[in-house]
Amino acid sequence: MSYTLFILLLPLISFLVIGVVDMDIPKTGKVWSHKAAGLIGTASLGIVTILSYYTAFEYFFCTPRLADGTLPTLVPFNATWLPLGNLHFDLGILLDPISVMMLIVISTVSLMVHIYSFGYMHGETGFQRYYAYLSLFTMSMLGLVLATNIFQMYLFWELVGVSSYLLIGFYYTTAPAIAASKKAFIVTRFADMFFLVGILIFGYYTQSFNFSFAGTVEYADGATHFIACNPETALIKNAAMTVLPISLVLMFIGGAGKSAMFPLHIWLPDAMEGPTPVSALIHAATMVVAGVFQIARMFPIWIDYAPQSLSIVVVVGAFTAFYAAAVACAQSDIKRVLAFSTISQIAFMMVALGVCLPGHGEHANHASLGYMASMFHLFTHAMFKACLFLGAGCLIHAVHSNEMSMMGGMRKYMPITHWTFLISCLAIAGIPFFSGFSSKDEIISACFQYSPICGWWMTGVAAMTAFYMFRLYYGIFWGTENKEHHEHHTPHEAPWTMTLPLVVLSVITVGVGIFTTLGGFLNWDWASFGSIVTATGTQYTIHFDAKIAATSTIIALISIGLATWIFKGEKQPIADKMYAAAPRLHRWAYKRFYMDEVYQFITHKIIFARISKPIAWFDRHVIDATFDLMAWCTHKTSNLIKGVQSGNVQKYALWFFGGIIVLFLIMYFTC
Amino acid sequence: MNFLSIFVLIPLLMLLGLWVARNLNQVRGVMVAGSTALLALAVYLVFAFLEAREADKVSEMLFTASFNWFPALNIKYSVGVDGISVAMLLLSAIIVFTGTFASWQLKPLTKEYFLWFTLLSMGVFGFFISVDLFAMFMFYEIALIPMYLLIGIWGSGKKEYSAMKLTLMLMGGSAFLMCGIFGIYYGTGAATMNIVDIANHANGAVPFSNHSLENLWFVFTFTGFGVLGAMFPFHTWSPDGHASAPTAVSMLHAGVLMKLGGYGCFRIAMYLMPEAANELGWIFLCLTGISVVYGAFSACVQTDLKYINAYSSVSHCGLVLFAILMMNQVAATGAILQMLSHGLMTALFFALIGMIYGRTHTRDVRELSGLMKIMPFLAVCYVIAGLANLGLPGLSGFVAEMTIFVGSFSNVGNFYTMWTIIACTSIVITAVYILRLVGKILYGVCENEHHKLLTDATWDERFSVVCLILCVAGLGLTPWWMSDLIGTGTQPIIDVINSAKEFLYVPF
Repeated sequence: MSYTLFILLLPLISFLVIGVVDMDIPKTGKVWSHKAAGLIGTASLGIVTILSYYTAFEYFFCTPRLADGTLPTLVPFNATWLPLGNLHFDLGILLDPISVMMLIVISTVSLMVHIYSFGYMHGETGFQRYYAYLSLFTMSMLGLVLATNIFQMYLFWELVGVSSYLLIGFYYTTAPAIAASKKAFIVTRFADMFFLVGILIFGYYTQSFNFSFAGTVEYADGATHFIACNPETALIKNAAMTVLPISLVLMFIGGAGKSAMFPLHIWLPDAMEGPTPVSALIHAATMVVAGVFQIARMFPIWIDYAPQSLSIVVVVGAFTAFYAAAVACAQSDIKRVLAFSTISQIAFMMVALGVCLPGHGEHANHASLGYMASMFHLFTHAMFKACLFLGAGCLIHAVHSNEMSMMGGMRKYMPITHWTFLISCLAIAGIPFFSGFSSKDEIISACFQYSPICGWWMTGVAAMTAFYMFRLYYGIFWGTENKEHHEHHTPHEAPWTMTLPLVVLSVITVGVGIFTTLGGFLNWDWASFGSIVTATGTQYTIHFDAKIAATSTIIALISIGLATWIFKGEKQPIADKMYAAAPRLHRWAYKRFYMDEVYQFITHKIIFARISKPIAWFDRHVIDATFDLMAWCTHKTSNLIKGVQSGNVQKYALWFFGGIIVLFLIMYFTC
Repeated sequence: MNFLSIFVLIPLLMLLGLWVARNLNQVRGVMVAGSTALLALAVYLVFAFLEAREADKVSEMLFTASFNWFPALNIKYSVGVDGISVAMLLLSAIIVFTGTFASWQLKPLTKEYFLWFTLLSMGVFGFFISVDLFAMFMFYEIALIPMYLLIGIWGSGKKEYSAMKLTLMLMGGSAFLMCGIFGIYYGTGAATMNIVDIANHANGAVPFSNHSLENLWFVFTFTGFGVLGAMFPFHTWSPDGHASAPTAVSMLHAGVLMKLGGYGCFRIAMYLMPEAANELGWIFLCLTGISVVYGAFSACVQTDLKYINAYSSVSHCGLVLFAILMMNQVAATGAILQMLSHGLMTALFFALIGMIYGRTHTRDVRELSGLMKIMPFLAVCYVIAGLANLGLPGLSGFVAEMTIFVGSFSNVGNFYTMWTIIACTSIVITAVYILRLVGKILYGVCENEHHKLLTDATWDERFSVVCLILCVAGLGLTPWWMSDLIGTGTQPIIDVINSAKEFLYVPF
């Protein structure tokens, strides 16, 4: 399967070609450069997508399973990139169920975004630059999921961070975009520092950067290696219970930064300053789930060496899910609503990973149901959230504003966007026969297994999700139409390059939803996500727990009904009354509970004003001044004594004889 | 004649050529020919070295030659290279080559400028090929003095003050150094000045008999080189000096001359006095650890582009000394990689700053904005330099920093772990000042009417910048061969240092 190398190389080549070659031919105008850059980018990504699907096909259906029924871990390519003494920093490609699943997710969404951007970015200056960045991002993200070791993951982790920085700052002449890109990079970089320290601890104590300590890996030459790291060595044995949890939690902080967990979430809503397709690709479907992916990657070690620490993941995730859902209920910018909804949904995946319990033998799969659910939700969420964002892009394209107040009644103007948006809203709300239902239901089941409090908490958040998503839906497509704005500029449906991706993504959403929902009720093994991705690798069939499925569906329907009742009408007396009843709460939620201000205070008032400025002052006025003082003293001293060398012979003689007399007197009295 | 000596011979011939050159074109011709020859020689040396290393894995230094210079004091002109010096020679050749193009349009007194510039590079090359303490010291001094004139005459701003300050502080450092060198010479039997002999107690050299004196000489030598390596608190020449220096001088100074400090600390102070290094290393580790964070924090609030970069250099060069004081092979290799990486990217930075300054006539961050629209080539290169500075994978900074951190972390003990984590924080602070700068001067809308009329880089500037970017990316993308090359050089030194582990002192 050495062709998988091209999955990484093609986007890299297209990045270099689009980034370096000047495609503007004089006199033919900009059109050619647009087409060329877009076509090169999209074509290379098309090939990558085909390769990814072929890899998935070959991996899941043609690769013989191991004796215990699990899928093998393949390493078609691996090479030492940087030797580090006993350790080594390898770059390679690792195929296992989750990385292959991520390949599908990334290449699909990225291809859709490439096609969509033809329409959305049409006529923008910097079109070529945009496609170059998209290629760079795709390459980095694919490298991240295909990483063979934690250090390679970190390398690509930084690269996706930079691509994200460049794309958020795409409109670099506008102040909010500059600030947002800076913020995104610095916040994630801050989290990455913890990730790095975690890796260093991990590498030192286990003497490897491998994702797991046990198991076999098949290399390209057909050789099968048992993973080199032996957990029984003294270093690890002593450290296992104390050091490994610390290192894993530090890595989780890195993941929390990338995946926008509270309190490191503040960069994600601002990241919406980037072009909307970028928000769909990077800040909804792929990059932001890197944190979830990282925990899933390290999961064998988490569950064996730090099962208690997983509760940190649960707590952070559960709180973030609630917080983001609460904020999403009050936002008026449609992309901000979607951004907070993304935070909340990623938190669902985090919680699902956290609620896994160490289990053995037959119970292993049951105990780690959350793992499967989390990966499943990652997949379904990527599809419907990308669809929502791309739909939002169509709306913004049509009305030239992100504000809900500029929209309203859009269903008349944009039928395709309307229907695909509705499908995705139903999916995220968790209505049966839409993909979100199956995955979210598994997450909530896993939560109930962990503890009823957690289960009810997440059910509550799921209800809020349905509520704010339908608030958004009604606000855009129904509700009060902003006739004044629309008369100026009648909204129209987007071109086919933009609607095609919407249709494809919503078809995936519905298709996966129908199969898995029916499969879950009728116990079809083949339609179950558990047949491909599970924590232990063995197949696992999803059975819906009828009670939980019914409860969550009813609660979702009630929430949707509530949203319909409040927001559907032309006039919204209930909503107005609610704002009037709790203005402060609404204001706090709208202002995201002032988290940004807290950060602003810490960075500007404390780090800049209390640390950096004093250090710079100290440098100039204490250290540098000391050296200047030394120079000054030398200068003054020589000024003082230079008069002695007057050239006057009588004076010299006077000093000379005076000295002799003094010396003579001293010797006379002392000897 | 040994072919290493050609590294010194070429600059000498260049000096001669410059002396007889009649006009600007001839001056440029001599410089281009000479610096190209140096670069070609350095590249050839890398391959020749790799081949010779395959054949001879035992000798520490290859291509050695010795010439009796002043027998009464055992002073010899001895040359030889190992992996570290090969890497440093390559770096110097690249910087001299690109520096020539970066000062293509320098006026007035072009000829005189290049004379001093060439003399400086001769000192640098001579320093890296020497293995004799005295010869090294001599070349070190040759490299320092031209700096005074280069800054004092062709500089900008408070140039006289800065030139004087830089020279005095560095000369102060070299006074310490000279004491240290004589201390080493007499402390080890006064039989030879050859570094390898002293370290291996061969050819009449004996181990230090007086341990407390050894400690004293260690402090002298390390501080002496530390001044040049911008170690806290002896770094203050760096911001002023760089701010006033002309472009190519800043490039050469930050790119190569500051590396002399790290190289000397490692090759002379620690290698020749391993017992003292083990015992007193922790003090300097604290100082360099402070440098790393202190430089980064200071850079955050500066408003002059060159000051930002000078403080950033304090931070990055601090990391070099920090890593060698970790006294293990991985960290030491990382330190040399960091020297290379910092040399290349800082040279790139100073080149770009010089080009921007040459157009806008201001380096004040507050007066610059929206340069991306006006000079896209320079701006994009500036972003690349910035990303290399903050350690983006694929560019050189990442490779060096990761090697250093992995190496430092493998030192047992809370003391080392604590300092490693503190040093790790610098990667965040670096991101803060780099992105702040990029956001301020490159992004946004240009508000200055005069700046809107400016043009992008000329061919000579583009050439010099592209060369440096290719080197930065080359090191970042294919680090393994450089790492292997350097690793062969650091291993014997680290072995010597580790042979004195019984003296190791760690506060906690």
